[in-house]
Amino acid sequence: MKKFLIAFLVLMGICLGLSVGAQQLTKSTGDTGSKVLNLYNWGDYIAPTLLTKFQKETGYHVNVETFDSNEAMYTKIKQGGTSYDLTVPSDYMVQKMKADHMLIPLDKSRLTGMRNYGHSFMNKSFDPGNRYSIPYFWGTLGIIYNDQSIKLGQLAHWDQLWDSKYRDDIMLIDSARDIMGFTLISQHHSVNTTNTPELLAARDKLNKLSPNVKAIVADEIKMYMAEGEAPIAVDWSGEASEMMSQNSHLHYVVPTEGSNMWFDNLVIPKTAKHFKAIYAFLNFMNQPKNAAQNAEYIGYATPNTAAFKLLPKSVRDDKQFYPSQKVLDKLEVYSNLSPEKVQQYNDLYLEFKMHH
Amino acid sequence: MSNQSSKLGKLYIIIVFALLYIPIIYLIVYSFSSGTTMANFNGFSLTHYGELFHDNRLLAIFLNTILIALLSSVFSTIIGTLGALGVHNAKKRHSRQTLLSLNSILLVSPDVIMGASFLIFFTSLKVPLGFWSVLLSHIAFEIPIVVLMVLPRLDEMSPSLINAATDLGATAGQVLSRVILPFIQPGIIAGFFMAITYSLDDFAVTFFVTGNGFTTLSVEIYSRARQGISLEINALAGIMFIFSLILVIVYYFIENHDQSTRRKKDKLEVTK
Amino acid sequence: MKRSFRAMFYTPYFLWLALFVIAPVGLIFYYSFFNIRHQFTFDNYATFFSSGTYLTMTANSVLYAFLITLISLVISYPMALVISRLRHRDLWILLVILPTWINLLLKAYAFIGLLSHDGLVNQLFGLVGIPAQHMLFTDASFILVASYIQIPFMILPIYNSLTDISDSYIKASHDLGATNWQTLTKVIFPMTMPGVKSGIQIVFIPSLSLFMLSRLIGGNKIITLGTAVEEHFLTTMNWGMGSTIGVVLIIAMVIAMMLTNTQRKRRRQA
Repeated sequence: MKKFLIAFLVLMGICLGLSVGAQQLTKSTGDTGSKVLNLYNWGDYIAPTLLTKFQKETGYHVNVETFDSNEAMYTKIKQGGTSYDLTVPSDYMVQKMKADHMLIPLDKSRLTGMRNYGHSFMNKSFDPGNRYSIPYFWGTLGIIYNDQSIKLGQLAHWDQLWDSKYRDDIMLIDSARDIMGFTLISQHHSVNTTNTPELLAARDKLNKLSPNVKAIVADEIKMYMAEGEAPIAVDWSGEASEMMSQNSHLHYVVPTEGSNMWFDNLVIPKTAKHFKAIYAFLNFMNQPKNAAQNAEYIGYATPNTAAFKLLPKSVRDDKQFYPSQKVLDKLEVYSNLSPEKVQQYNDLYLEFKMHH
Repeated sequence: MSNQSSKLGKLYIIIVFALLYIPIIYLIVYSFSSGTTMANFNGFSLTHYGELFHDNRLLAIFLNTILIALLSSVFSTIIGTLGALGVHNAKKRHSRQTLLSLNSILLVSPDVIMGASFLIFFTSLKVPLGFWSVLLSHIAFEIPIVVLMVLPRLDEMSPSLINAATDLGATAGQVLSRVILPFIQPGIIAGFFMAITYSLDDFAVTFFVTGNGFTTLSVEIYSRARQGISLEINALAGIMFIFSLILVIVYYFIENHDQSTRRKKDKLEVTK
Repeated sequence: MKRSFRAMFYTPYFLWLALFVIAPVGLIFYYSFFNIRHQFTFDNYATFFSSGTYLTMTANSVLYAFLITLISLVISYPMALVISRLRHRDLWILLVILPTWINLLLKAYAFIGLLSHDGLVNQLFGLVGIPAQHMLFTDASFILVASYIQIPFMILPIYNSLTDISDSYIKASHDLGATNWQTLTKVIFPMTMPGVKSGIQIVFIPSLSLFMLSRLIGGNKIITLGTAVEEHFLTTMNWGMGSTIGVVLIIAMVIAMMLTNTQRKRRRQA
């Protein structure tokens, strides 16, 4: 009994030390508790140097909390109990949050630098007139391949994935909308179709892809492709740029017949409290120099055209990640579907996964 | 055990230990890579350790993670041990069965379900999300594992031991502290260590019930997956691992030293 | 006096049961009767028990959880036995637990690095002239990595029950002319049954709802109930259907607990 008591007291002492240490460290990051901005973001999705710069310029300390999926973030904000000032949902999620009255409209009179954004990236179907959202990063869905097994330029269309010579060669990103989406495009349908026969036809076609599918994985797909586990993958441009930086044999292509175009956007959720800080931050991020610095750190494509011009030439000329206007015109953004349709997409996709 | 079979046994545990530690050594080796990911090793460098020691936010998260792990494990061990006594003393077979099933529900609940229901629970009770909600949740999902670790020890304890103590005039409190606790001690320690494991590993529950700037390492690691987990995290895991290794060895030798001196003392008393 | 003393001791545990077990389970049960439009319905259960997809998933979950438990047990029992005979056994057992303190996702990434096509294991194979093998995305790799994760959880309870057996039993058994093997199967093994059962419960129950590893290492070739729950809670936000699966998992767990416990009682009565 005495031994347990001593152990208990020792452990409590350690805990006390830990909590003091943690508080000291938090303070040393510049968090004084008064002038703050609570940013709810994907993990490691903003250049840390920008946060220090922002605090130096404006005095606001940015508290960053992180999430790993749009839906998880949605649940947290909807349920309340938190006080996030800004968050970064993807396109369809902006629409969903808007429909569920979870967003506060932007006060345009307090925003500067909105003209820095390119036409192709504004006024999209998920938020007409950008009443609620400012694009943060954008990208596409495409095919990544390894030039050690596939000749450069040989793979450029969705339909080629069904070719029997790619047996057991393809890795897919685990996402119902994207996988159903490229199949729908290959059948000349919209990625937002709600037509059941079209969806069933897509499922049937997808089932035929099974012999070629090596695995269906999520974020770890980057590691697999970099390690040469499979020669082909279907994934987002952001992930593609990560894996290409690790393996120079990898190439990314957006099929010319069309694809998905995605956006991550800054929005103000209904839990927001620190409005001065929010607008200071949004205006700070609108500045070309800061947006460019962020784009260089993250490696994703920036919708801020003025910032784009500040990027190194090698990045600007990269057609893989900044495709030509002709390709851009072919890209479709996901719109938020009704719960039943989301369920149908996912059920059909699940059937494909079980089949594979 | 014969000499030959003990040699075979040693070989066997060496192999299993090697398998258990290979992935961890792999992780630590990559923390010294000058590259940016675990895909290919690009030569020795300490840059990731440098990054880590300048990243005060990550270090604060790390300390908070350990804090939550230790605190929650201490409390779940206490509550779980008492719970195991309760289950053990359940008179009817039926009530024991019910208690055990209820106890294990949190073990079988997928983390997202648990996380979502705890979130609803806390927000409807107006408990602010943050340190306390995370601590309570961790205590909650660690209790069943402690019960399952302690209960077998209790079941192995022969009732005559307690009867004898009671016959000798021991009070219930004395029976507990002098007879039962020493006997189930290995189970309690095992439960405590498993509770730490559960706490350190949890992502989904913590994610749902945290807020107001409080984060743990797991949440940070999982949410970095989309952008790619940097080797800074490997460096942190490596440091944590080496640190706990040293701690465990030191703990063991203090404990051992303690016991051997006590044994010597006992012997002296006997000879007197 | 004695009664109030007891009550005081059990209160925290029963409070926990009420607040963190019974209340959430009630909530899950309640949610399982609502569809995606938040209307009351029995459809979720009807869907579950009539759809081939869900029944296959259930079968998969039980089968793989069984295999993972079996493999962990086969590897862990001898391990626990040998460790319990070592001089510094408490230290060795702590060293078994230590790897579990490293984040699961990081360990899974390490396995990808080790087992992938250009990974370390294949490079070693290359040195001795074995062609590169595709080891990931197979049932075997999934089961092995899952067992890797579970082994410490199996070793610990078995070890605990082994440390309890006093040497005199084993000596007595030898004196009575029993061989090593007989001593093991007739004396040691029966005495460690509570630990083995505890280990089986600790490994089998969580293995029913694995989803991370089945995606990371198994490449979603094996779809278990855990995958479906994840999808319903996070992708389609159909909490009703997700909760229904949760209820099914709880029922499966209760059955598993009953199966492992009745045996124990029989032994005691005998």
